[in-house]
Amino acid sequence: MATDGNMNMNELVTVKPAKAAPAEVESAAPVAPVLELEAVREQLAGAKGVQYWRSLEELSNKEGFDQMLEREFPRQASEWLDPVSRRGFLKLMSASLALAGLSACTKQPEEAIVPYVQQPEDLIPGKPLFFATARPTPFGAQPLLVKSQMYRPVKIEGNPDHAMSKGACDTYTQGSLLDLYDPDRMQAISKVGGTRTWGEFVGEMRDAAAAEKAKQGSGMRFLTETNISPTFADQMQGVLKLYPQAKWYQYDPVNRDNARAGSRMAFGQYVEAQYQLAAADVIVSLDADFLYPHFPGFLKLASDFATRRKPEENNPEMNRLYVVESQMSTTGSKADNRLPMRASDVEQFASALAAAVGAGGGGTVSNEAAKKFLDVVANDLKANRGKCVVIPGENQSPAVHALAASMNSALGAVGKTVVYTDTVETNSTEQGAGLKELVADMNAGKVSLLITLGGNPVFNAPADLSFEAAYTKVPLRAHVSTHMDETSRLSHWNVPSTHYLESWSDARAYDGTISIVQPLIEPLYNGHNPHEVLTIFSDSPGITPFETVQNYWKAQRKLSGAEFEAWWKRTLHDGFIANTAFAPKTVSAKSAAASTAQNNPAMEIVFRPDPTIFDGRFINNGWLQEIPKPVTKLTWDNAAIMSPVTAGKLGYEDQSVATITLGGRKVDAPIKMVPGHPDNSITVYLGYGRTHTGRVGSDTGFNAYKLRTLANSGYAVGATLERVAGKKWALAVTQHHHLVEQGKPKAGQSTTGDAAASRQIIRAATLEEFRKNPEFAVEGANEPVSKDITLYPNWTEDPTKTGAHQWGMAIDMNSCIGCNACVIACVAENNIAVVGKDQVLAGREMHWIRIDTYFESKGPADVANPRAYFQPVPCMQCENAPCEPVCPVGATVHSPEGLNDMVYNRCVGTRYCSNNCPYKVRRFNFLLYSDWDTQSYYPMRNPDVTVRSRGVMEKCTYCVQRINSAKIDAEKRLGKPDANGQPHDGKVHEEDHVQTACQQTCPTGAIVFGNVWDPNSRVSQIKKQSRNYALLAELNTRPRTTYIATVRNPNAELEETKQTETHG
Amino acid sequence: MASLLEQQNADPGVDDITQPGVSPPVIAPGYDFGQVTDKIGNVVLTKRTPWSWVIGFLIAFGIMNILMLAVGYLFIKGTGIWGINIPVGWGFAIINFVWWIGIGHAGTLISAILLLFKQSWRTSINRFAEAMTLFAVMCAGMFPLIHTGRPWLAAYWLLPYPNTMSLWPQFRSPLIWDVFAVSTYLTVSLLFWYTGLIPDVASLRDKAKNGFAKFFYGILSMGWRGSARHWHRYEYAYILLAGLSTPLVLSVHTVVSWDFAVSVIPGWHTTIFPPYFVAGAIYSGFAMVLTLAIPIREAYNMKDFITDRHLNNMAKVMLATGLIVGYGYMTEAFFGWFSANKYESFMILNRMTGPYAPTYWALIFCNIITPQFLWFKKVRSNVPILFIISLIVNVGMWLERFVIVITSLHRDFLPSSWGLYHPTVWDWATYVGTLGLFTTLLFLFIRVLPMISIFEVRALLPQSKVTVE
Repeated sequence: MATDGNMNMNELVTVKPAKAAPAEVESAAPVAPVLELEAVREQLAGAKGVQYWRSLEELSNKEGFDQMLEREFPRQASEWLDPVSRRGFLKLMSASLALAGLSACTKQPEEAIVPYVQQPEDLIPGKPLFFATARPTPFGAQPLLVKSQMYRPVKIEGNPDHAMSKGACDTYTQGSLLDLYDPDRMQAISKVGGTRTWGEFVGEMRDAAAAEKAKQGSGMRFLTETNISPTFADQMQGVLKLYPQAKWYQYDPVNRDNARAGSRMAFGQYVEAQYQLAAADVIVSLDADFLYPHFPGFLKLASDFATRRKPEENNPEMNRLYVVESQMSTTGSKADNRLPMRASDVEQFASALAAAVGAGGGGTVSNEAAKKFLDVVANDLKANRGKCVVIPGENQSPAVHALAASMNSALGAVGKTVVYTDTVETNSTEQGAGLKELVADMNAGKVSLLITLGGNPVFNAPADLSFEAAYTKVPLRAHVSTHMDETSRLSHWNVPSTHYLESWSDARAYDGTISIVQPLIEPLYNGHNPHEVLTIFSDSPGITPFETVQNYWKAQRKLSGAEFEAWWKRTLHDGFIANTAFAPKTVSAKSAAASTAQNNPAMEIVFRPDPTIFDGRFINNGWLQEIPKPVTKLTWDNAAIMSPVTAGKLGYEDQSVATITLGGRKVDAPIKMVPGHPDNSITVYLGYGRTHTGRVGSDTGFNAYKLRTLANSGYAVGATLERVAGKKWALAVTQHHHLVEQGKPKAGQSTTGDAAASRQIIRAATLEEFRKNPEFAVEGANEPVSKDITLYPNWTEDPTKTGAHQWGMAIDMNSCIGCNACVIACVAENNIAVVGKDQVLAGREMHWIRIDTYFESKGPADVANPRAYFQPVPCMQCENAPCEPVCPVGATVHSPEGLNDMVYNRCVGTRYCSNNCPYKVRRFNFLLYSDWDTQSYYPMRNPDVTVRSRGVMEKCTYCVQRINSAKIDAEKRLGKPDANGQPHDGKVHEEDHVQTACQQTCPTGAIVFGNVWDPNSRVSQIKKQSRNYALLAELNTRPRTTYIATVRNPNAELEETKQTETHG
Repeated sequence: MASLLEQQNADPGVDDITQPGVSPPVIAPGYDFGQVTDKIGNVVLTKRTPWSWVIGFLIAFGIMNILMLAVGYLFIKGTGIWGINIPVGWGFAIINFVWWIGIGHAGTLISAILLLFKQSWRTSINRFAEAMTLFAVMCAGMFPLIHTGRPWLAAYWLLPYPNTMSLWPQFRSPLIWDVFAVSTYLTVSLLFWYTGLIPDVASLRDKAKNGFAKFFYGILSMGWRGSARHWHRYEYAYILLAGLSTPLVLSVHTVVSWDFAVSVIPGWHTTIFPPYFVAGAIYSGFAMVLTLAIPIREAYNMKDFITDRHLNNMAKVMLATGLIVGYGYMTEAFFGWFSANKYESFMILNRMTGPYAPTYWALIFCNIITPQFLWFKKVRSNVPILFIISLIVNVGMWLERFVIVITSLHRDFLPSSWGLYHPTVWDWATYVGTLGLFTTLLFLFIRVLPMISIFEVRALLPQSKVTVE
């Protein structure tokens, strides 16, 4: 017994004589004396009677035994402080663990994990990379900067260096990320249901092409979407050279045929109007919804518009927007003076307005209110010659476009507030007429091979063309598409198409600037790019899209070798080719002829692209489906939108179902009333009612294309409605506008509008009022409670108790156009779950930021044409957050930097915090909303944000993951010289541009976030404005998110009319 | 016999302070000690379980299984099976919780406070009122747990237990106070009830012929032999527990009311809540005691012990507490106007005229108008009408909690976030299921334990009034 008997383990580790140990032990731990049998014998000898002992050590009653009992790691444990021995211990432990594994009964599954043999230089797990690319749309490319985590695109942002984006991004583009990962995408090439290989497809296509070759391709047709890719156009020209009789058609249901025809009427050629709203003092919209992403050039229009809507105390100036429109749009909601007018009456109005400003036209308007409006607008336009602009609506007839062009010419706007340029379309054709020709050819049996590259013409072609019947007459039909859709169902060959984030291409932005579309990921589902499909018919088959695009640009730039490589890298890096924007064209508009349009009192139906699923292409996109459409707040459906007066006349309520008949075609639609909609008119959104789509888009809405004809693609007059008795169509609306929905408000019952007014949720003034009293937003407001009434010290102003930064946000309600880009950016950034229609109906949508919409009416006359206000509401991050003290487990707590943090792990889901939140910004996972099972969604999620489980509360965090990332970066710079050569203080500064997702994507820069302790930060500067106010400040919540009150600039003359109407 | 009971029973005829001298006795004449014991004890010791009991039990048990189903499905799917949403984060679960807790108040009040006030008429109803309390608190206690999103964590994170993370509950939250209040109440009520049972259980042990019953009651009676020392200690323990329970009658519902009053929500954030909740709790508790006592005394022919005088007295308590509750409603409405607070005034207007106005007016009818009939002695002595009134008050008190929880939440500060709450079939299943659980437990109690306190009733008999010459 030379060593401690209880130290079996240590014996294995170090076989050292115990006596030698003290010399090696550095620690001051007392050294246990060696047990001596002699001592034991002494003990035993001295004892009387029976003794019980636990060990010999106890028996020997040495000091060491007591020590051993007291110390957790007796004796040789001290040795483990020595590095060598400790390593030995670890070795032993790992060995024993391995042995334990061997001895276990269950076999571990074999899962090979392979590290990078050569790790890519730029790959740091957890560190995102950003790649510039672009999303092609029918109206031009949207320049992008896409965030990539471990080479997976996880978030789309606008390209900050691009003039058409400036870092902003629109609603559709934000949502398009989900399409990439959509598990319902077409995943394999198939021929009449049977899976085929790419080789088989190429073989059959080449055979068919060879057969065509003999007849110069006279039976060959290509149908694509609107093309804006120069490379594709070049390729197509090559193909058409090989097959001179072949034809290429383009068709998009939301196309620019009207604008094109109008431009030809005015200029004799198709030129695109680029409105320069930053220079416009007066803007007149003739049914143009230019403050929504379905308008060409939206981002720049919105951003320019907003720059002129920021009146300051020392510079109380802003532009004025007149809107004449056929629905309550986001543009109309921002109007200073708005006139609801049936779409079919706008042409007459435009003609009369043109006459009034001396730009041709003629005629007059019969309606008294419209006449007054027209006179006022005409006077304002004439008074602001060269500083005004007239914008025609995309839906409007060619005549309106022509009239607008003449007005802009006559008013000296050309070159100042509007410039005309070439079009982004590489081969601008009359799409409707082209499609008609194609259908005629198909019916005549002239088409033997039809390649449809993208698009879904069977679903969305004009109803009077009977495209489906003609299509099935073509002997060989191939469709390249992302999803199995209505057209795929009727095609022989189906080829999965790539998403734009998977493919090489190029595209022009609306201003003409060319971007290279570069992929961020290998095709997930064997997708093939249209460029690739087209090579089958070219004389150089097998060439990859990458080579196609490169070859084109090599030829274009006349560069090669290293020179080209450098140019190529530069272009990819920047995301666009510098100085490729269109030069303004000098064109002059002819004086437009007077309109011959007649007022038709019959019911009118207006077709518009859907604010969320566009023309139906995003139908299977849960993010976009669940975004509440602006103004209506409708999700997961479209509806026949009409004014309450019309609905009342016809005896409809919300959600009642009507059969709409137009030209003998019928469709059943639910009714939705919206204030501000012109009477005797219905607005329907296109794209819903798909019969063949993925799981998300099935059974949503009704198909408005069934009513839409070639001649009446914008609107049609002569619809009749018939009630479907006893049927109700549940519409999932996220906010109830009691102002209208309850019909007549009951006596004594406060309506939404009234409550919002008395609670001063919306604070607004006219520019005149603002000039007189810049303090209107805070004067007479509900008094915020003094910070000194509490016994507790005010921690927010005590630097010792707080962090280095204090985060805050200011939201400019004057700039917000309610486009929802922030909502969907937040969804993408924060892994917010889609809940589905039934859960939205139950009131459980999960969006962390919402756009509250309030209608304002100052009298009965206003109800038909109310003003609307958009108020984005994220978490207010209250300094005195009511949610915090009521949580029984402390799952929501305040950070020293003023954030109201949510600890998901700790949350047990009592929902008390949500009940106690006056702003109702908290969202609860009532069920398991996050999709934990669908594999394809895994790589899409932001790895910096927890995917929440059921039973957990969640809410806006001010994108705390972005803040923390910026803080880590700042801390790393601590002490290093900063830009001024001073040692860095390790804090996040304004120039670090820490941005929330909603702020980053906002097209108008309405959301500003930053450190409110830094007096020079933008957010502090904005909060200093007199228009800054806090929501429900009287509750003493001290919200960190504040609002900048709205200032409108209505024309006093029209306001007077309104007043007299109200009183009269 | 113990001194307290002697005092208490010194003059059974005049202890009713509301009607001195004229009230009927609290026990019908013509019983001796043995008859009392037999009459009450035989219900338990009989070998023949009445068919009516079996049928009633099976129905109750069936309904209880609806609860099992509803809670099982709830644990599988989550609270989304209910109608709750944002803004109405609390629904039936919290309504039921407050309702059951309220019902649980009568037991303690009858047992403890009336004992201290020497109201001898409490004697024949206190046992099952206490049992009712226990079962009601069990039903209530279930809800705060199952209504959470993650009950498997809530079950222990709400308790302050030392852990290596040094994480404690958030002591500022009224929900934590609830945990303490309700668990304390359940513990004290259980102890009080059990202590009161010991002498009776001992009697049953002695009377029982069946070996299992002897064993069962033998264990439960904890060696009670009825010695003077036993009685002495028993008396002390009982009176101490009564003293301990008394503040709980006030505190539990006060704490429950803080769940609402501590928040900022108009309609919740009000100082009247504690007294108004306590009065409401006693009100609903007595209504429930009446609802149970009337059929039980009919079924087991206990009219001699639970006399019309008992019913009359309970009706009076209901009237008094009902008036307090009515005052509470009036105060709420008055302050809606008097505070000049736009949120408060909107809230009260919305209650009266909003989408849930029918529930508000039904509540006024049930809780304010109906009890006014109790002013009349004829009504108080008409048992069927009393039974109907007690049912209406039970419904009314449930509606009161519905109005407080739902109408306050569904339209609070920002009109953009207003919403509606529609209970789902699972909400109803859970609620009805707890009624099943409650009645199941009650049926078991009646079959297994003496529903009326034997020894205390014996003390009410004239034979026990021994006058020392």
